[in-house]
Amino acid sequence: MTRSTLFTLAAAGLMSVVACSGSDTKGATDSAAASTPPSAASRGGVDLTGAGATFPYPIYSKWISDYNAKAGIKINYQAIGSGGGIRQLQEGTVDFGASDAPMTDEEMAKAKGGPILHIPTVLGAVVLTYNLPDVTQPLNLSGEIIADIFLGKITKWNDSRIVSLNAGAKLSARDIIVVHRSEGSGTTYIFSEYLTAVSPAWAAGPGKGKELKWPVGLGGRGNDGVSGQVKQTPGTLGYVELAYANQNKLAVAKVRNAAGQFIAPAIASITAAAAGAVEKLPATTDYRVSIVNAPGADAYPISSFTWLLVYQHQANAAKGKKLVDFMKWALTEGEGSAAALDYAPLPASLGAQLLDRLASIQVGTAS
Amino acid sequence: MSEAARPLVTTRQDDTGIAARIEGSAIGDSVYRWMTTAFALCVPVILILIAIGVGEAAWPAFKTFGLGFLTSSDWDPPHNVFGAAPAIYGTIVSSIVALVIATPLALGVAIFLSEFAPPWLRQPVAFLVDLLAAIPSVVYGLWGIFVLQPFLRDRVMPFLAGLPVVGKSALFEGPAYGPSMLGAGLILAIMVLPFISAVSREVLMAVPRSQREAALALGATKWEMIADAVVPYARSGIIGGIILGLGRALGETMAVTMLIGNVHQISASLFAPGYTMASLIANEFAEATGDLHLSALMAVGAVLFVLTLIVNGIARWLVWRVSREARS
Amino acid sequence: MATMAPAKPSGRGPRPSGVQRAAAERTRTTLGRRRVVNVVMIAVTLVAAVVATLPLVFILWHLVQAGASSINLAFFTQIPKPPGEAGGGMANAIVGTLVLIGAASAFGLPIGIGAGLYLAENRGTMLANTVRFLSDVLNGLPSIVMGIFAWQFLVKPMGKFTALAGGIALGAMMIPLVTRTTEEMISIVPVSLREAALALGYSRWRTSLVVILRTALPGIVTGALVAVSRIAGETAPLLFTVLGNQFWSLSLREPIAALPLQIFNFAISPYDAQHSLAWAGALVLIGIVLIISLAARFATRSRFGHGGD
Repeated sequence: MTRSTLFTLAAAGLMSVVACSGSDTKGATDSAAASTPPSAASRGGVDLTGAGATFPYPIYSKWISDYNAKAGIKINYQAIGSGGGIRQLQEGTVDFGASDAPMTDEEMAKAKGGPILHIPTVLGAVVLTYNLPDVTQPLNLSGEIIADIFLGKITKWNDSRIVSLNAGAKLSARDIIVVHRSEGSGTTYIFSEYLTAVSPAWAAGPGKGKELKWPVGLGGRGNDGVSGQVKQTPGTLGYVELAYANQNKLAVAKVRNAAGQFIAPAIASITAAAAGAVEKLPATTDYRVSIVNAPGADAYPISSFTWLLVYQHQANAAKGKKLVDFMKWALTEGEGSAAALDYAPLPASLGAQLLDRLASIQVGTAS
Repeated sequence: MSEAARPLVTTRQDDTGIAARIEGSAIGDSVYRWMTTAFALCVPVILILIAIGVGEAAWPAFKTFGLGFLTSSDWDPPHNVFGAAPAIYGTIVSSIVALVIATPLALGVAIFLSEFAPPWLRQPVAFLVDLLAAIPSVVYGLWGIFVLQPFLRDRVMPFLAGLPVVGKSALFEGPAYGPSMLGAGLILAIMVLPFISAVSREVLMAVPRSQREAALALGATKWEMIADAVVPYARSGIIGGIILGLGRALGETMAVTMLIGNVHQISASLFAPGYTMASLIANEFAEATGDLHLSALMAVGAVLFVLTLIVNGIARWLVWRVSREARS
Repeated sequence: MATMAPAKPSGRGPRPSGVQRAAAERTRTTLGRRRVVNVVMIAVTLVAAVVATLPLVFILWHLVQAGASSINLAFFTQIPKPPGEAGGGMANAIVGTLVLIGAASAFGLPIGIGAGLYLAENRGTMLANTVRFLSDVLNGLPSIVMGIFAWQFLVKPMGKFTALAGGIALGAMMIPLVTRTTEEMISIVPVSLREAALALGYSRWRTSLVVILRTALPGIVTGALVAVSRIAGETAPLLFTVLGNQFWSLSLREPIAALPLQIFNFAISPYDAQHSLAWAGALVLIGIVLIISLAARFATRSRFGHGGD
């Protein structure tokens, strides 16, 4: 008996074991699409599993780590994209999801565990970043100008409309090289939501979505791809999340808000946008709201919530309780760590409302 | 089974033993044959499962757009309009560029290692080249953005555009921002190099010494021996390695998407940005939630599938032609 | 050829004729040219070898520059820390990658080698040609498609993400590489070896497994190592199968961390500290593959020299 023969036989044995366990589950393919999500069996070391948006991944990691130190609960959150998170939640393969864009009614209808709650957790902002070595002060830009640049209607940095808002800035006849996102992303969704709100031409054209048909520009992969491209190439204008602009020390534009003020993106101005928007919300809101172009003198206009997605009826009592406890902690104590990581915390008024909303989650009763 | 204990050659007294052992080996032979057949069949089974899954998911998109899906350049998710022509074009072109660059290099390395390198040099250099396969594609992508792309933009592209005749052609026209088909092709070439090189090297090293000695005995120089006696003997293996590399090039996502610019356009210029099918799927799948959008992405996958079938079919036919000529 | 005149007593051959001298002249120049070609081609292949190793050198250099500062003991023993906190490592991801490589190899190597044996021994049959063709097609599928289908067939029915699903997706990606190299390596073993073994009384299956396979083993190991290298760095199939895990896990039935996933997460984050960890992770990943390669080569080293006659 030689090594190779032994190996082949052992491997074949292992293969058949694997195949057997595989075939059991293959047979269950269609029957598993039952009315209730598969009851979450004990997951060994990890208490809760979640998946979704990439944007809040850093802050969620921080929360998970701090909460683990405090309460000993292990939560595994992985950033596979908002769409991925929504899909997994619909199928019940994760305990909670996370998304930068609210779910549509059709998506919510497909969820196998019943109604889904959207719980905003932190705020993000999309900033316009550019590479113009000669420009020392932040540029002032308005929504219409930004839309026309990204539509390809304004092509030079010294266009009269830009110059009129930026007297004294050294703007040359350089081409504006637009950089957008190549892949689907929540950042694009927020940015396009804003452009749709301020520019009828944009609304009629590319519209709002996580992926768009971009009239002009280069595609960078991820926020880091866009910031990298902008950093390297003079004359570029791109849009990225605030954290990337701050960490990479990129030049950032001031954008004119609904009140007519040019506001720089910062923690305070973003939280102000949420505060302004939240004031106008009815008590029965499901929080699937956009806060772009929010009212308020200090509001930064391209701000947005990011949401945790949870089932209103938690079938597994133990997990449901852990999940609710975690979210309560995050909304009260977790918000304090947001600013250090360049995320804007929720306004205090909203925090209180959300705790009430969490109380409406039914733990342990099946839907 | 006490194979080790059984002697190979038996004495005359063991004649009945031989008969029993021959029958025993007949069972062993059929078990062996069935097992290898079963393993071989796993490949079509896996492929068919995937094909059915892809086909099923892709059907709604094909029904909605028909063959226009293959010719339209209009990719507009918010309005549910999808056309994959630029991605198809980009996949084909970037793979061709990658193979054109990688194959001569890989063959050169393989020949160097198998024929010319002293033994102490062979293992380390072979290791180094094979290690290229281990680098994660995301690392290739990041290195590509920070190192390769600036290099291309500042040195290589101006050089190419400045070449006497070729520089003015449609191949090298347009502004050189960096993200380009050339960049994608180049990073792909680096990524497929180890596959072609490893297989070619092994096959070349396994060519029997008698072949080489025969050529040398007939008065060939070392190079002539390689080109006329060794390489043709190893030809089918080398082509096999190239096909493996091609497969990698067609399906690569991460590194390509970071270097190709991700623009839905078809352009003759290698300096222009473009898109590939694999990048398209990888870029949009995680965030896509609309049914038609997902179906369109699966349809792109189906087209890639068919393209791989066609390309491999052509390669098979080439191999068959070549070996038929060799035989006659 | 010109006929030779009877040798003169001086020992030298007959004086060459004009035709003969012209022929000799041609051969000399042709030989000269052939020698030049020979030297030139040796130089060309040397240049190719250098150019081919350059990217690796550049990339490794870049990785070392950017990531070496993050490689310390903590890297190998601790799980990742959230951004903003110093320290942490990728220990769970390292272990996870090893588990996944093991699972993938257990699935992919037997199938690949078995299929390669079948293809080599049944060359020319319709089934063999079809399988070979389909194996090449499988090789060309984007890894994300593999991941999507592992999700469809393994994750969705089971209702959870598992390391096993990832192992099978990766193993399926290994199969075409291993099959192809096994087939080529076995085919190139001279028929005389097989005939000799059969003549000595070995049964067919013993000939194949013991004699032929062992002769072709170094090449097959290369194929297996290239396949392992390929899958060790794959991210896309893992996203929808193993999901990833911030904590320790060794179980095949739970989500598990993996180096490529962790590298990807850190590489696309905004924070420089995490970028450095990402590069360090890439270095460690390459190091793992290197160690596996060395170990495999050592374990299968031939006592009788390499292949060939």
